[in-house]
Amino acid sequence: MTIVGPVLGRLFKAVLTLLAIAILNFFLIHAAPGDPAAVLAGEAGAADEQMIADLRAQFGLDQPFYIQLGTYVGNVLTLDLGYSFRQGAPVLDLILDRLPATLILTLTAFGISLTLGIMLGVAASARVGKPADSLLTGFALIFYATPLYWAALMAVLVFSVQLGWLPGFGYETVGADYTGLQRVGDILSHLVLPALTLGLFFMAVYMRMTRASMLEVAQQDFVKTARAKGLSPSVIRRRHILRNALLPVVTLAGLQAGQLIGGAVLTETVFAWPGIGRLMFESLAARDYNTILGVFLVSAAMVILFNIVTDIVYGLIDPRIRHTA
Amino acid sequence: MTNPVLSIEHLSIKLPDGADRQFAVDDCSYTLDKGEILCVVGESGSGKSMTANALMGLLPEGVSVGAGRAVFEGKNILRQTEAESQDLRGAKIAMIFQEPMTALNPLMRIGDQISEVFEAHKRHTPSERRKRALDLVREVDLPDPEKIIRAYPFQLSGGQRQRAMIAMALALEPQILIADEPTTALDVTTQAQILKLILDLRKKRDMAVIFITHDFGVVAEIADKVLVMRYGKIVERGTTDAVLKTPQHDYTKHLLAAIPSGLVPQNAEVQNSPALEIKALNKVFRTGGGFMKPHREVRAIDNISLSIAKGEVLGLVGESGSGKSTLGRAVVRLVTPDSGQILVGGSDMAALSETELRRARYKVQMVFQDPYASLNPRHKILRALTDGPIAKAVPKEQARARAHELMEIVGLGADAVDRFPHEFSGGQRQRIGIARALAMDPDLIIADEAVSALDVSIQAQVLDLLRDLRSKLNLSILFITHDLRVAAQLCDRIAVMQKGKLVEIGPVSDVFLNPQDDYTKRLLAAVPGGGWGLAEAALT
Amino acid sequence: MSFWKRFARNRGAVFGLVLLLAVIIIALIAPMIYPRGPWPMVQRPFLAPYAVDGLPLGTDTLGRNVAAGLVYGAQVSLLVGLISTVMALLIGVPLGAVAGFYGGWLDEGAMRFTEFFQTIPNFALAIVLVAILEPSLTSITLSIAIVSWPPVARLVRAEVMSVSKREYVDAARLAGLSNLRILVGQVLPNTVSPIIVMASLMVATAILLESSLSFLGLGDPNIMSWGYQIGAARTVIRSAWWLSFFPGLAIVLTVLALNLIGEGLNDALNPHLSRKGRT
Repeated sequence: MTIVGPVLGRLFKAVLTLLAIAILNFFLIHAAPGDPAAVLAGEAGAADEQMIADLRAQFGLDQPFYIQLGTYVGNVLTLDLGYSFRQGAPVLDLILDRLPATLILTLTAFGISLTLGIMLGVAASARVGKPADSLLTGFALIFYATPLYWAALMAVLVFSVQLGWLPGFGYETVGADYTGLQRVGDILSHLVLPALTLGLFFMAVYMRMTRASMLEVAQQDFVKTARAKGLSPSVIRRRHILRNALLPVVTLAGLQAGQLIGGAVLTETVFAWPGIGRLMFESLAARDYNTILGVFLVSAAMVILFNIVTDIVYGLIDPRIRHTA
Repeated sequence: MTNPVLSIEHLSIKLPDGADRQFAVDDCSYTLDKGEILCVVGESGSGKSMTANALMGLLPEGVSVGAGRAVFEGKNILRQTEAESQDLRGAKIAMIFQEPMTALNPLMRIGDQISEVFEAHKRHTPSERRKRALDLVREVDLPDPEKIIRAYPFQLSGGQRQRAMIAMALALEPQILIADEPTTALDVTTQAQILKLILDLRKKRDMAVIFITHDFGVVAEIADKVLVMRYGKIVERGTTDAVLKTPQHDYTKHLLAAIPSGLVPQNAEVQNSPALEIKALNKVFRTGGGFMKPHREVRAIDNISLSIAKGEVLGLVGESGSGKSTLGRAVVRLVTPDSGQILVGGSDMAALSETELRRARYKVQMVFQDPYASLNPRHKILRALTDGPIAKAVPKEQARARAHELMEIVGLGADAVDRFPHEFSGGQRQRIGIARALAMDPDLIIADEAVSALDVSIQAQVLDLLRDLRSKLNLSILFITHDLRVAAQLCDRIAVMQKGKLVEIGPVSDVFLNPQDDYTKRLLAAVPGGGWGLAEAALT
Repeated sequence: MSFWKRFARNRGAVFGLVLLLAVIIIALIAPMIYPRGPWPMVQRPFLAPYAVDGLPLGTDTLGRNVAAGLVYGAQVSLLVGLISTVMALLIGVPLGAVAGFYGGWLDEGAMRFTEFFQTIPNFALAIVLVAILEPSLTSITLSIAIVSWPPVARLVRAEVMSVSKREYVDAARLAGLSNLRILVGQVLPNTVSPIIVMASLMVATAILLESSLSFLGLGDPNIMSWGYQIGAARTVIRSAWWLSFFPGLAIVLTVLALNLIGEGLNDALNPHLSRKGRT
């Protein structure tokens, strides 16, 4: 009982948020300079009168404003994200086709950055003020200042072009026709550089947060109690400090999910990773607004999903949430 | 005295460079006998907690043992390896702390936190540890032990958490229990229960207790021997009786004199015309509430009626959560009551609109609790004293002149107006707070725990100032406090609140010496060092 | 004085300040070093650094001087970073202040609104905004401001709520001061320190955002920027690494400088919070 209510509330809020984003999208189409129908058609449709007329009818663009809004939001809610004239396919199909690649990339990067970030943050906090700590925080500062796409380019330059260790392009080796485990290994080797370079920035974020949070919790009274019990420093750090220090890190990880998914646009662009980020980049050049907005909506949905997951994780760590809900 | 459990010899504890003095503890020696309760008394900054921290090997960063020994079981425990002192902690010497709300890990069950002590010292099997934890929970009289060991700290009250802390400390039957102000954060009735628990356990287990406190009432209640500390030095020592009755050192005399005595003044004449009349006041707080969540209701003010005469000081006492502060804040409309009237000089504060209220606000002013939060750190004192009068259309020059005058009156000197709050001590800030209230020429002053955050000697000075002003200026004061001794010193009448209700109100000598309500009786009995009596001459 | 002392005790912060001052000076004197601007072709394309005298960083795919582009790029980065941060503060501070001070449904509404904007992946929103408004300096700055204000609003709200609970605010109410005077005169001045710290870090983030947008080809087509230089050189990384390396280094150093300054400000302005990393 304790867990169902909040999750239902969360889902309800998620639907409301998506609705609001759909409405935002609608206004964005109208904010674009020029005829909304031409905007929706993108560059490809600009010349074709018939296509524009069809679009007008489909979106009810000759109808009053609020009916247009209703039609648009209705379409979105029935998962009709429109048609990409540039690519000659429904936007939803395009996105669903590309979504798995993005999920693999972002989830891997998220996992790596969170795990490494927490581990390094703990390590740094345990050696606070010592050379190892300065070194770790120094690296974190630099990663924190490095543009994602530049880190990606430099990684390609070093590990792919110069050293030839890892592929720097694509999702799998084209034309190799691997199957089974071989294919998995091939994809994994393609995944390494994109996931690492996407995760680098976030690893720095989580590391800084973990370190600061560990140091702060270490000052609290219950840590003194734990010492007064005669517990060993390692037990105190693991059982008392770390668990409490993780709470703000989890909150931050939830907040950063949006950044991570936004960052995927850059990483996928550099590595020609066939995900929705790359799709967005391609659509930018083609001025394919329908697809751009579709990707935007789906990435927001992904963020909401991430947030629900981090909320549940937070609840698992913190009994105060579990028991008072 | 033949065989002490612990003997401390010429102990000095060094503070980091740049501190206000070189040693936190300076050449202190004392012994602790088996089964004895030793109280270490002092004001803040006296170094009274430092020795205990040193014994536990828990000194704060930068602070270190300079010289001296602490001999326990034939060994100097101040010069041992970290591993050795880890073995000692929790097993032979245990400690409990001041803040039960933060001293327990919020993410761990109570039972696990107790079992952990056994685990730290590698005793028993896991199931045996759980069984013993349950026994300990029973021993410290926590209700519903089976449920408590599975509970998280946030589900326990402050007193219950302190009991859980004590259970942890007792787990391995230590020879010495160090208690660092363990009851300071608790309500007076809870404090009495915890003190009794410590006394009982001492008797049962014959362990020695070092009890650190600032409260001589607690000393009278619990101590066998007393040490008085000041600036890191022991200035007086002896049996409890000797120190309390025939103090030798001036500082001890001064401290004891500063303590509100427990002697109650006789009733003073009270005029009839009221400064404040509260009629059938109600306030309910609703919290939680929201999408698919029920909300909780707390009746903070439950149908209260009372009045304060012109020139009268009414003491409003009660424990935390009794609603006494809410009542005070309702009178000044910092809290808007749900129903009822608050009549000040004929107008009903509860019924005023926002704009009318702003114009009428000067009539009731407040002196706050926290001297460090009651003044805006970015404004000079002059601004704190003149903002209000200028807003009520007093000419600027006149307001300034008055500010200078008021600073003289509260004993800080007119020049003080040009300084910033951080240049003043806590007691001085409370004086400024009083001056700020007076600057508005109010009909009534509400003092909300106005001396509670101060050390006892400073507290006495501020109380003297209030008493003095009150007789000079014929002030009407609603004096809110949790400290019955303080209330007895200053007030003409006492009102007792419990859970939002007014349970008793009457002249101070009646309430203290002949309480009618059960709760009032319990409250009075719980005050450590009790001994209520009638003062020979009532001056105020 | 003690502010500078505390700031100067953080050596990283001093280093950051020197670095940032250098970038500012370079941006200011750009027209003096390269009066012809970053666009004209000066030599044949793909010249490596120091291959020809006077071109320390070589030429790009169209034979333009990389060093000139770098120097002019500094102008854009700093300008966009600064203006978008000021705009984000102009949205976030009032919203957070009103929400935190008045509470109730105003707070509820403002926070739902803020939460909504925080849920939207902010880089994706910035892309959509710039794409739809047509890339220009104005649309880029505006978009960055629109995606950057939510953390400001949350910070200011939390600070205002905490300061509003202090007793001197109660005292000001009892003095009969109006709500607006209390908010502006008593509450907001006591929330300035954390806002300044956050603002310095926001400028850094804004510079990263601007460069990322330019990298994707969403920069103002009339203005040379670091992100654009890297984006244009992306496909030739195998043959001409210097084209993307140096602009990237410029971004890293500038952003690093701002972050270091932010930490120094945090140490200097919030002594009791110092040594806590901010993210």
